[in-house]
Amino acid sequence: MPSPAAPLKNDLVGDIAAQALWIRRRSFQMVYEAQQGHPGGDFSATDVLATLYFGVMRYDPKNPRDPKRDRFVMSKGHCTGAFYSVLARAGYFPEADLSDYMKPLSKLNGHPNRNYLPGVETNTGPLGHGLPVALGIAIAGQIDNADYRTFVLTGDGELQEGSNWEAALTGGHRKLENLTLIIDRNRLQQGARTEDTASLDPLDDKWRAFGWHVEVVDGHDHAKLLEVLSASPKGRGKPLCVIANTFKGKGVSFMHDNVAWHHGVPNKEQYEQAMRELV
Amino acid sequence: MSAAAPPKAGLFDCRDSFAKTIEALAEADPRIVTVVSDSVGSSKLGGFRTKFPDRMVNVGIAEQTLVAVGAGLANGGKVPFVSAASCFITGRALEQVKADIAYSNVNVKLIGQSSGVAYGELGPTHHSIEDLAWLRLFNNMKLIVPADPWQTAEAIKAAAAYDGPVFVRVSRMTVPALDRPEGAVFEIGKAETLVEGTDATIIANGTMVHRAVAAAKALAAEGISARVVNMATVNPLDEAVIAVATETGAIVTVEEHSVRGGLGGAVAEVVISTNPVPMRILGFPGFVPTGSAEWLFDNFGLNETGIADAVRQTIARKK
Repeated sequence: MPSPAAPLKNDLVGDIAAQALWIRRRSFQMVYEAQQGHPGGDFSATDVLATLYFGVMRYDPKNPRDPKRDRFVMSKGHCTGAFYSVLARAGYFPEADLSDYMKPLSKLNGHPNRNYLPGVETNTGPLGHGLPVALGIAIAGQIDNADYRTFVLTGDGELQEGSNWEAALTGGHRKLENLTLIIDRNRLQQGARTEDTASLDPLDDKWRAFGWHVEVVDGHDHAKLLEVLSASPKGRGKPLCVIANTFKGKGVSFMHDNVAWHHGVPNKEQYEQAMRELV
Repeated sequence: MSAAAPPKAGLFDCRDSFAKTIEALAEADPRIVTVVSDSVGSSKLGGFRTKFPDRMVNVGIAEQTLVAVGAGLANGGKVPFVSAASCFITGRALEQVKADIAYSNVNVKLIGQSSGVAYGELGPTHHSIEDLAWLRLFNNMKLIVPADPWQTAEAIKAAAAYDGPVFVRVSRMTVPALDRPEGAVFEIGKAETLVEGTDATIIANGTMVHRAVAAAKALAAEGISARVVNMATVNPLDEAVIAVATETGAIVTVEEHSVRGGLGGAVAEVVISTNPVPMRILGFPGFVPTGSAEWLFDNFGLNETGIADAVRQTIARKK
């Protein structure tokens, strides 16, 4: 089951970069038109999403419940601008549907609903839900000795939810090498820096202490993300935690590392400036 | 946790029925797995663990992950039976039940063990007399409160056969096997009328059903004809049976649950919007004192005498 968006040219990293640019532009347009959303987190997560969907995961958007598919769980469910954009781009539904974002009766709810949209594995929105569900998917795969991998993307502020650490214990205990957690480590939560709120560092040591293999990478470096995420998990004997160091608002100068853009929405001038920068 | 005494002759611990049924179902269906939070013994799943060690997932004392792992296992094609003390699998993990199970609408079966006031002496932290009120808000989740061992087994089979979220409330309080006509069947959403009657209707479920039957017999001796309905499914309610019950002119509900928002509240919602008749809701008023379950039942009128009194008083309110 090849990735459907596999590039024709032999430049996977270049293709991922192109997809990431498209996702940033399209998600920001969604947020601008809806005048709602979480664009700062959309942008910090975009490169991870683009790498997963266009370079790592095996899936068939025409058969979204294929038992053999790799699973992706979007734990930071508020970042639907980026998530819906990547799903549409990957072929799960028409790109034109993105214009319905958050409209009345839209399938493109502010937070994803698996019963409305193909490609959504579980309904998220409240934080700290994705990793425990992904853990269950990975356990099913372990029981069946199945080949599929389970990926889950959390925010970093989200790790303040205790449910993550319950799941961390069992993931380490069961040595779930088919499970990969990616932490969007942009260091900003809704209202302030994580380290000024309830500090997470040393985050890598925490995951190692729970029995996970940890990789700390630049979360905007497609080549590096591709390398660590596509490495075979076989024989690792541990679940993988990728701490992706990112910036909230990455790609747009006035949004870069700016907490105001957690759920800030652009006016016309800001939107136009962002579009000029995202090229 | 208090150790349960072995059942007296003629009385049954419905957990045994749950355990036997789930083992039999698992023999036939490899998709069935169990998920526990260090709740193997209290769920009586030791036999399952012995037979299917690779199909029991124990997440430790971690109820949020317990429920979420159920959702994940369903995503991976399993039919998970997630079993833990009812007070914790509901209250502690309520948002997981809401978002991961109900709102996500996944094929997970939640088994609320030792529900009601089975842990009477342990106090309100361990009582589960709020669970039905909480879960009843999730409109797509089937809620079943079996009344005896046969119905527990049938409810577990029905839950396995149904594709979607189900909560089955299992008691450790011993109950007798109810008298049923030959060929009785259990169906989710269908109530059963155990005693016919015309002067009033007692609607009960779970451990209260046999007490309601005893009350109806006592009332019959004094010439009062009380119908007894076992409303094992709280969601969806058997509204047709409730509509017919209003024709008796008086309704008393009885449940091992708070009087707020459980079976009584559910029945009342139907009664007021169809054919309002005098009603009485028997249950616990809120947090209750410590005491054995039997002491609590007697103290709060959840016994033959209390139910019969409530029926007489409700009949007296008929216009």
